[in-house]
Amino acid sequence: MGGYVLRRILSTVPVMAVVALFVFSLLYIAPGDPAAIIAGDQATPADIERIRQSLGLERPFLVQFGDWVWRILHGDLGTSIFTSLPVTNLIAQRIEPTVSLMVVTLILSIGVAVPLGVAAAWKAGSLVDRLVMAFAVFGFSVPVFVIAYLLAYVFALELDWLPVQGYTPIARGFWPWLQNLILPSIALGAVYIALIARMTRATMLEVLQQDYIKTARAKGIGQGGILFIHALKNAAVPIVTVIGLGIAALIGGAVVTESVFVIPGLGRLTVDSILRRDYPVIQGLVLLFSFAYVLVNLCIDLIYTLLDPRIRY
Amino acid sequence: MDRRTLLKSLAGTGALAAVSRFPAPALAQGADARTLRFVPQANLANFDPIWGTQYVVRNAAALVWDTLYGVDENLAPKRQMVESETVTEDGLTWTFTLRPGLKFHNGEPVLAKDAAASMARWSARDPMGIMLQGIQEELVAIDDRSFRWVLKKPFPKMLFALAKNNAPCSFVMPESIAKTDPFKQITEYVGSGPMRFVKDEWVPGARAVFAKNPDYVPRSEPASWLAGGKKILVDRIEWIVMPDPATASAALQNGEVDWWENPISDLVPLLRKNSNINVDIADPLGNIGSFRMNHLYPPFNNVKARRAILMALSQEDYMRALVGSDDKLWRPIPGYFTPGTPLYNEEGGEILKGKRDLDGAKRLLAEAGYKGEPITCVVAQDQPITKAQGDVTADLLKQLGMNVDFVATDWGTTGTRRAMKNPPGQGGWSMFHTWHAGADCINPAAYTAIRCNGDKAWFGWPNSPEVENDITAWFDAKTLDEEKAAMRKLNKDALDFVVYAPTGFFLTYQAWRKNVSGVVKGPLPFPWGVSKTA
Repeated sequence: MGGYVLRRILSTVPVMAVVALFVFSLLYIAPGDPAAIIAGDQATPADIERIRQSLGLERPFLVQFGDWVWRILHGDLGTSIFTSLPVTNLIAQRIEPTVSLMVVTLILSIGVAVPLGVAAAWKAGSLVDRLVMAFAVFGFSVPVFVIAYLLAYVFALELDWLPVQGYTPIARGFWPWLQNLILPSIALGAVYIALIARMTRATMLEVLQQDYIKTARAKGIGQGGILFIHALKNAAVPIVTVIGLGIAALIGGAVVTESVFVIPGLGRLTVDSILRRDYPVIQGLVLLFSFAYVLVNLCIDLIYTLLDPRIRY
Repeated sequence: MDRRTLLKSLAGTGALAAVSRFPAPALAQGADARTLRFVPQANLANFDPIWGTQYVVRNAAALVWDTLYGVDENLAPKRQMVESETVTEDGLTWTFTLRPGLKFHNGEPVLAKDAAASMARWSARDPMGIMLQGIQEELVAIDDRSFRWVLKKPFPKMLFALAKNNAPCSFVMPESIAKTDPFKQITEYVGSGPMRFVKDEWVPGARAVFAKNPDYVPRSEPASWLAGGKKILVDRIEWIVMPDPATASAALQNGEVDWWENPISDLVPLLRKNSNINVDIADPLGNIGSFRMNHLYPPFNNVKARRAILMALSQEDYMRALVGSDDKLWRPIPGYFTPGTPLYNEEGGEILKGKRDLDGAKRLLAEAGYKGEPITCVVAQDQPITKAQGDVTADLLKQLGMNVDFVATDWGTTGTRRAMKNPPGQGGWSMFHTWHAGADCINPAAYTAIRCNGDKAWFGWPNSPEVENDITAWFDAKTLDEEKAAMRKLNKDALDFVVYAPTGFFLTYQAWRKNVSGVVKGPLPFPWGVSKTA
């Protein structure tokens, strides 16, 4: 197992290198000029050219790429063109809100979706099943921003229970932190709940038809024990896969959710950086997201072995 | 747990929810009366008002850095950091003396050498500053409080240049910071203005915080735009960047923010219904919508083709697309300058008035030799102003029988593409859409878009010695009458030449909660004199 983990971690290196080259090349050939944005709308072409030179954007591709790789190897993600702040600082400022949003969304989604999926499978064909599936269709069909606006309207504007926007760091207290995350997590988690609930239902239905479940029933094991000990554990591998894959969707959804709920996270930083063509920040963020995604896949692979001892690498 | 126990538990939870409510967070309970929470027009992504000339940077910089002079609401330059000035009879030597007791936020006194270094950096980037640099003989500190600016020829607009509110403003920084290359960004934000920048709390793209400067000594005159006593009546101003207008609207209604700089017109009716919110015009100088044609390539290298566009375009169509049915928010302008300002005129504006002449425009296009070449119309879709104008233009061109190559893109790409001088079919462009702040268009001083100096002109590169001569005549004018005469000729010549196509004059709103008082209309959101009750 130790060797496997080491091999997987080492295998991320070429993946990250390819990602780095791809990201850098893509940004280099993409239209858009940060110098024009910095210079403002009244700037003359000469002003823009002068700013381009001061930023080093006129240098050849390979020189810029080599310089960037050299700095990355020294742990330096560069400096934002716009803020003049180190990219690592910008990411550090923004990572807590995004991680908080994702963690709360994951806990909420798994906590709601798995029991719903199990209940739907247990009562397949009943009203409960139909309601859960109707909810799943709703979660899939309604865009995140629509759910976000509806939640903000009802729970913030009408009922005044929760704030419309903002983020409070966890260092200022658990409850203030959580209050700002409840609505965004529900909005972001809706599609995720739908996905996990459907997958849980489908795999549970399959497992519940297996002979060993009938044997367990014949042995007089209670319904709870059958569902959550015998069936769910055996149905868990595809569910965990979906959860892992869904984290990528969460990163994408976080962009919209963070914008609507004014959460100063990595998603908004990504969008702002792309719109401004702040290349060093975009490159740093894409590398970070790629690394996170590789790491999540590694964790999922390791969880497989815990859930199903037959799986070996 | 059986079914009945579960149902009882749920009922209990429901009752609990009915009689109680979540304790509202600090933000929702009503902000501290000493903290003003403000939603700016855009993200404060950088904070060097000379290096980056976006309006949002200027607006933030006006809190932190002071200027030697400031324009008041009559657009007249008034002393601000300056106590007195003298100019020799030949108009060549200006001597400025600073007010006593001025201090930077780091406690250091503001000295004449700081002002001189700041003017040197500013004049490398500002259009009027560049003109000053071109005729500068010497810019030097004489003693701690006085500096001298010696010119090779008179520059009658000196005080206006130092007072104007167009970006970049002539902000005064410590000499050590002001010596930074004007094309490189400063990293220390030390000013002598009424507020200091709290760098530790700055989250670019999300939040910027300004704290009251206890050492600031406001002038005794009443505040008027950038002039007079800048009295700060709150301890902190927090800028909260909200990219989504619906969220900003909800936050204002909920009392989570106090003042929103630019609510979109679609949401204004909703805000007006809220008895806790005031809505009013933000900037009386407004904006001028525009699309620029490329003067380098057919068909718009021919003045007849450009005139054909002016003959056919309906400013009302553009403005309705921009601001909807609210007639208070727009007016047609048969010219290039900001309505309601002293030098506004409509000389030569007949081509934009009256019934639109599509047939005449088609004839003129034919005379210009237009034979159906594709018109590359670049339209940024992520800016509501450019998108709305672009849609109207595309329709107009089709009505004129033109072959429209509609390039839907984003503002960042537009910024690059408009700088390309390639032919339209080879990465270049035929026209792009933008807008100009009315504050920039009150005269030619900072009006880059009106310049017609060919390669050095703004994108589209119009070349008209006649228009350039008119601009020079305005700069040289010594009396208001001379200025007016120069401006009338300039408006006429610019329209004859069709420097660009003005699509109309439009205003925007601002909104604030009723527990906030002292909000005024102006080209930037002035926080001085603004107070708040709990």
